[in-house]
Amino acid sequence: MKHAAISADENAGGMFRKWPFFQRLLSWTKPYAPFEQGTREYERYDWNSLLPEEKACRALMCSMMDGTSYYPSRPEMQRNLEAFAERTGVAVRYGCRWTGTRRDGDRWVLETSDGEYRCQVPIFAVGVAEPWRPQMPGIEDVPHYAETRPAETYAGRRVFIVGKENSGFELATGFLQWAKQIVLASPSPAKLSINTRSLVGVRARYVQPYEDHVLAGGVIVLDASIERVERTGKTFRVHTRKAESAVELVFEVDDVIAATGFTSPIQDLAKLGVATVGRNKLPAQTPFWESASVPGVYFGGTIHQASPGLRKHGLPSNSGGVNGHRYNGRILARHVAKKHFGIDPERPVIARAEIVSYLLHEVTNAPELWHQKSYLARVLVQDPKRGIVDDGIVPLQSFVDSGPADGAAATLEENPAGDIYPVLYTRRGGISAEHALPPHPLHDFRTRDHEKAVVAALEGLLL
Amino acid sequence: MRSAADDISETLAGLAIFADLSRPEVERIAHTLEERYFAQDERVLREGLSGSAFYIILDGEAAVIAGGKRVNTLGRGEFFGEISVLLGEAPVADIIAARPLRCLVLPGELLKEFLQTNPRVCYRILVAEARKLANATRRGG
Repeated sequence: MKHAAISADENAGGMFRKWPFFQRLLSWTKPYAPFEQGTREYERYDWNSLLPEEKACRALMCSMMDGTSYYPSRPEMQRNLEAFAERTGVAVRYGCRWTGTRRDGDRWVLETSDGEYRCQVPIFAVGVAEPWRPQMPGIEDVPHYAETRPAETYAGRRVFIVGKENSGFELATGFLQWAKQIVLASPSPAKLSINTRSLVGVRARYVQPYEDHVLAGGVIVLDASIERVERTGKTFRVHTRKAESAVELVFEVDDVIAATGFTSPIQDLAKLGVATVGRNKLPAQTPFWESASVPGVYFGGTIHQASPGLRKHGLPSNSGGVNGHRYNGRILARHVAKKHFGIDPERPVIARAEIVSYLLHEVTNAPELWHQKSYLARVLVQDPKRGIVDDGIVPLQSFVDSGPADGAAATLEENPAGDIYPVLYTRRGGISAEHALPPHPLHDFRTRDHEKAVVAALEGLLL
Repeated sequence: MRSAADDISETLAGLAIFADLSRPEVERIAHTLEERYFAQDERVLREGLSGSAFYIILDGEAAVIAGGKRVNTLGRGEFFGEISVLLGEAPVADIIAARPLRCLVLPGELLKEFLQTNPRVCYRILVAEARKLANATRRGG
């Protein structure tokens, strides 16, 4: 496909050119893992490398890390992305800012700082990194997370952080040795990743302020509505109210920081009818990351988090991170090529005798399925002319709701008890059904019991 | 954070099942639930598939499809999904967005705690369930 990529930045790296504020990522890369670097299986242990076709450019993140932590530093991540762009020869027009959008017949016109681009399909991968503040009296007068000063300038000060998600807890962690008092507040209780069993929630390495709160050590984690923020000379007065008691609590503090999250700079797309959703107003999307309200407009990268998929048992996707959306990106490229340009490379045929072992190998080792549980699936399709065709990795929701008449999809799911187990979805004559396989303590599903369960699910369909 | 969920808090305050709550309570709930948008004809709840959730309609219209037939239509302020979650069973009908649909969603495993934490919402839901049962009984009779 002919394509063009433009970026307002001066080089590769995106938000990692600036954040996280305390210079260490939340996503890890394990240099030493059960599989060799550069293999597909290794991707499960490397959340930060992009996925090139060229073998020499795989697992780049490892080569950028200095060994002091398995969480890369911000500059290491930036170098990882810059090296990827340079070594793979990705052609990007940097310093070119998208400023407006309009239709012209069957084409989209993107107005940019360097002139106009015309295209059949625009894909907006503009990130979720624009500071966002809720509507709250006085919040406009306080700095956002993105405007936080160096940590030492908070020495001996009372700091009130609005927001109890990762960015709020990241700041609190960085202030622990400096601030006199830290208050973290929002209406609902903090969610911890070890409880949500996902990357939604405060990650384990930022939980120290929570422990300080529990031990009454100068940190207060408060569940309360924040009614207004008043500036009183050199200090602030923050008015809060607890939901259960309606009691007002007023805090006198030296600094207030809005750790209230980020949104996506979608410019004029909302005026063109692109529906947004959620607190941060991200574009609502189909399972193939197309605007749910304006066909033909697609999204890429972290914005994919607003295409939630089935969310079985409430489990969110990892599309807000590199380890999730890097797989979505591959699927999106294939989908756009097929739907809009008629390019549909022939998919490989798989021998019936290999189906069971192939699916069990996939649910045991496929990085796409481990990083995107109950979101992406390996799909096999019954083709009347060719036999059983491996249709690749596909959004699970699309298979369940509008997949082939006859086929099967293998994915991984997690129940509220924390069990991770494979699930096969079948479509027989267009009717979907699910078949949960048992969990395994080592997550190795290549057992006789699992083979029997796969045979039972697929008999008369693919077997 | 007064309005971190912004207009969602305003909308919630106007729905019958949240009518008895104070503003801070509504805001806490708005932060607990997740907003979802469904394009027209998109499936929301799937008959026979496990792991579903509790949905409250903010805007739009949902069709209840059972046995291939549309048996009911749900609109703003109405809710669905609670029966399969409370019984621990897969839904017995499909729910499909009849028009673009906005909902607030609570994962199934959090529903019990949500109802226990918000007894006045629980009571309103119970009243609505009683009304549904009475209507179904009348139709059956």
